[in-house]
Amino acid sequence: MNDERQRAERRRLLRALLAGGGASLLAGCDALSNSGRFVDLLSLAEPLNARVQRAAAGARLAQEFPASMIAPTFRANGSLHPQTPEYRALQAGGFRDYRLQVVGLVERPLEFSLDALRTLPTRTQITRHDCVEGWSVIGQWTGVPLARLLDLARPKPGARIVVFHCFDDLAGDGSRYYESVDLADAYHPQTLVAHMLNGAPVPIENGAPVRMRIENKLGYKQPKYLRAIELAPSYAAFGAGRGGYWEDRGYDWWGGI
Amino acid sequence: MSSTTVGSAQGEWRVVLRHRAPLRVMHWINLLCMLALVGSGLQIFNAHPALYWGAASHFDRPLLAMDAVRGPDGKGHGVTRVGGHAFDTTGVFGVSNAADGQRVGRGFPEWATIPGPRSLALGRRWHFFFAWLWVVNGACYLLWSLASRHLVRDLAMQARDWRAVPRSIVEHLRFHHPVGEDALRYNPLQKLAYLGVIFVLAPLVVLTGLSMSPQMDGVLGWWLAFVGGRQSARTIHFVVMALFVLFVIVHVLMVVYAGPINEMRSMLSGRFRVRWPRTEAEGSP
Repeated sequence: MNDERQRAERRRLLRALLAGGGASLLAGCDALSNSGRFVDLLSLAEPLNARVQRAAAGARLAQEFPASMIAPTFRANGSLHPQTPEYRALQAGGFRDYRLQVVGLVERPLEFSLDALRTLPTRTQITRHDCVEGWSVIGQWTGVPLARLLDLARPKPGARIVVFHCFDDLAGDGSRYYESVDLADAYHPQTLVAHMLNGAPVPIENGAPVRMRIENKLGYKQPKYLRAIELAPSYAAFGAGRGGYWEDRGYDWWGGI
Repeated sequence: MSSTTVGSAQGEWRVVLRHRAPLRVMHWINLLCMLALVGSGLQIFNAHPALYWGAASHFDRPLLAMDAVRGPDGKGHGVTRVGGHAFDTTGVFGVSNAADGQRVGRGFPEWATIPGPRSLALGRRWHFFFAWLWVVNGACYLLWSLASRHLVRDLAMQARDWRAVPRSIVEHLRFHHPVGEDALRYNPLQKLAYLGVIFVLAPLVVLTGLSMSPQMDGVLGWWLAFVGGRQSARTIHFVVMALFVLFVIVHVLMVVYAGPINEMRSMLSGRFRVRWPRTEAEGSP
């Protein structure tokens, strides 16, 4: 009887110890996550990832798929219908007044209407879009290789980064979505300034009228509702200075896995 | 192997060096990494708590999905679908209580993820850092095991191990404790479990993880094709994680059963106490 009670007591103690140990372990992880210095330590893996994967993959093409694998609807995420005044005005006019600008550290700043963009040579590719959340969707994209536009604009020697400025205000605070990649990704043969999805103009939710396709990156590095392409020495001067909308919110600039 | 002998009325006890120092250090680094990787991995999974088969996600037919749905009582209910079956998993999967007692919709509950509150960005930071640490630690372990002959001498299945598999199964089922020399060797089932984790699960989890990176598409396309596509790779990554967790649970149960203090000490200081039969002739009762 006494023995039984003692054993029950011991079991309770053991359970409390285990639960307490587990809880403090988890609380410790959360405390570490709130420490800037610890997150900096964790972030050391990012350049390692970037360098190793870049060295392994170089400019190799991402997988392309047969037309039979195209998804009936291309799932959209982030901004689905921008409500900024400049975008609403463009949409109301059927994007006739849309101009894509190529600016910054270039010899020849450029401006393209949609019609002008459509007359340039295009590349069409059926690729897999990988969202940072974990899902994938396959679609056919048609657009002008960014390399082609850069060749026309001729980047100046100091240009290291390509910044994409967008029309949408995902944060809802008056700022605009932006992203950036280095020149290696910008000149990748599958990096497109895309104006068609599955043979039709890009739908609003997928980034009309023009969005980026950067196939060796996750979705958040492939901005929609593209307004301007700017060449810069670094991304420090844009947004909060970490290279993109999601980067400013703690995501990695590398944008891979 | 050094040993000291302590005589006693019941029999002879010896204290031997069970695990060498590098192995002990790598064992605990490995555990730290596994805890961090599972917790942060579940955080990442929670960003889209569903699994698919193939290259892309067929959102209407997931293999596994953890959803939050509003029940007739107006409250959120966790529903986990596996294949065509749906289960109410409120409190654990789909819908669970946050630290402040609030019911929240999320795949795995806060106590299972790192960090607890939802943060895909931080989950990714944790995951990639500890993935590298785990891979480097694993590479060190492999090199050390080859150089010290730990792999060949202690882990590799010998002909007699294969022959002893049926007997080992029976001994496990009867909860028989090995004594003497046998207690210092990994038994055949133990060897198979360790070899399976080291040479099957670990490479699988690294390859399926790495091949999910769009950057690696051009290099690991053959591998993605082999496993059925990127979403298949993600599903396999998840299943292998579950097998790792299963291995750890069984491993810890075996430690508890075999004598938690002695086993724990053998992995902390290396010292392990083992009962030794006196001689063959007088050893039998």
